[in-house]
Amino acid sequence: MTVSGDHPMVKAEAVRKRFGSNEVLKGIDLEVQRGEVMCVIGPSGSGKSTVLRCINHLEKINSGRLSVDGQLVGYEQRGDKLHECTDREVAKMRSQIGMVFQHFNLFPHMTVLGNIIEAPTRVKGQSKDQAVAKAKQLLEQVGLDGREDMYPRQLSGGQQQRVAIARALAMEPKLMLFDEPTSALDPELVGDVLDVMRDLAKSGMTMFVVTHEMGFAREVGDKLVFMDDGVVVEAGTPRDVITNPQHDRTKSFLSKVL
Amino acid sequence: MSAQGEAIEAAEIKAIPVRHPGRWVSVAVIGVLVAMLIHSFVAQPHYRWGLIRQYIFTGPILHGVALTLELTFLAMLVGIVGGVLLAVMRLSPNPVVSTASWVYIWLFRGTPVLVQILLWYNISYLFPTISLGIPFGPEFVTWQTNDLISGTTAGVLALGLNEAAYMAEIVRAGILSVDEGQFEAASALGMKQSLIMRRIVLPQAMRVIVPPTGNETISMLKTTSLVSTIAVSELLQHTQAIINVNYATVPLFLMASIWYLAMTSVLTVGQFYIERYFGRGSSRSGPAATLPERLWRAIRYNRPPPGALAMQRRDQSGGL
Ligand SMILES: Nc1ncnc2c1ncn2[C@@H]1O[C@H](COP(=O)(O)OP(=O)(O)OP(=O)(O)O)[C@@H](O)[C@H]1O
Ligand SMILES: [Mg+2]
Repeated sequence: MTVSGDHPMVKAEAVRKRFGSNEVLKGIDLEVQRGEVMCVIGPSGSGKSTVLRCINHLEKINSGRLSVDGQLVGYEQRGDKLHECTDREVAKMRSQIGMVFQHFNLFPHMTVLGNIIEAPTRVKGQSKDQAVAKAKQLLEQVGLDGREDMYPRQLSGGQQQRVAIARALAMEPKLMLFDEPTSALDPELVGDVLDVMRDLAKSGMTMFVVTHEMGFAREVGDKLVFMDDGVVVEAGTPRDVITNPQHDRTKSFLSKVL
Repeated sequence: MSAQGEAIEAAEIKAIPVRHPGRWVSVAVIGVLVAMLIHSFVAQPHYRWGLIRQYIFTGPILHGVALTLELTFLAMLVGIVGGVLLAVMRLSPNPVVSTASWVYIWLFRGTPVLVQILLWYNISYLFPTISLGIPFGPEFVTWQTNDLISGTTAGVLALGLNEAAYMAEIVRAGILSVDEGQFEAASALGMKQSLIMRRIVLPQAMRVIVPPTGNETISMLKTTSLVSTIAVSELLQHTQAIINVNYATVPLFLMASIWYLAMTSVLTVGQFYIERYFGRGSSRSGPAATLPERLWRAIRYNRPPPGALAMQRRDQSGGL
């Protein structure tokens, strides 16, 4: 268990994933370095969400190697054998990876504050005062100070998504996963969420973002990956991929979204 | 905007409301029936109100009421705890565990509760002694079953274990009603299964679980009268003891009914507040109004209370 800076934050090698007989990921190779923002684009059903969900072990991969910060996801190598991680070990690993969902998935029976302090107090064992102070600071960071006593349903979609980001950040993750965080939002609310993400990127957070926002990918992303039908078709800097795509599939996809 | 448009907007609408003759007919019919009932209460001497008044607050009856409440509370406690356990087992990925839960529910739902009560009461026939020890091995402590399981305990066990089977299905429906995204979001935060169940899933499932559980509690309150068959002196048993002496069957059963009705009424009010608590955060407009609040608003603003709307619509379309 080395925690030096010489390995990538996320590394996928020949990762395959099947649902029944339907192979959804057909050998994915990816690398995200510490502090990097990786954007993933691709048509619906191409496996983008599945990649993201494999990274924090919400889905188990069938073959290949997937590691986060130098540690295998969901398994442990002892000698030449792989051992499955216990629920406790998986939970610990997940607590270091933040995830933001397309549909926010805030806890509707808790206030904004309750949503944010739930995991820090009950998973990390922080004191309530400490967690509340941190939560207030995070709410300010996402532009929602003073909303801590509201229930999620009383907020707009954009506000809910920003609370969801604050909730994930409260665990002080080393990696943030975003699954189309703005695609369930009205167009005029998208900007606020992207602003928060842009600030987060500037602060040095390692981010893995599935998105259809090409402007965001071009401006904030360090890498852009185009996925189709379970494979990485093209990867490179956002500028290269967007302005000078090499593959026909990339070209035809870009012509539809740009 | 034209001048005519402004004129139309300025004047408040004064239209002749639609007449609902069907409503008046139904009011008249109900009115006559109520009058007949009240007349019967007053004029018919066989109700023997004096006798009801004489017995309703006497010691044995009050003890019976207390035991009925106690039985209801304990049986529901066993039922709810058992139901949550069975529901979680039923949803377990382990097929043996989920089948065990299925078999339990099949068994306890599939046999009459009265039979279960009688079986528990006679359990010493099957298991004369109960021991703590290693299965198939040595025993450390041994009790006579009859000492351990009194009529009341048998009643609580029978009613509670039977209830658990029904509660299991209610809780399971509640758990399944919670969006899977909630489970994923909590997992992604590093919360463990048991914590997610306790803090995230069950509290949300409560919105679905509470209303039928209220029904179950009210039903249980009345079902406790079945344990009078195994000589547990709850309300009905005491009532029957009095009837055996003075043969005033109908007045005393009426008296017992009044008690049951009073207790279920209290439970109904309690259910409203519990539902309101677990409904928090589920609507943009804040907590639900109590019945008095709703009636007050209806009178004050001359509007039907929200709950009455559906009934009103039916009334309008159906006439009577
Ligand atoms: N739990 C599951 N069981 C079975 N099939 C699944 C499951 N999850 C995803 N799939 C399938 O895997 C494929 C890829 O799904 P995925 O959600 O990763 O696509 P996506 O690229 O995120 O698409 P979108 O842009 O629509 O979100 C789809 O064909 C989907 O039907
Ligand atoms: Mg997706």
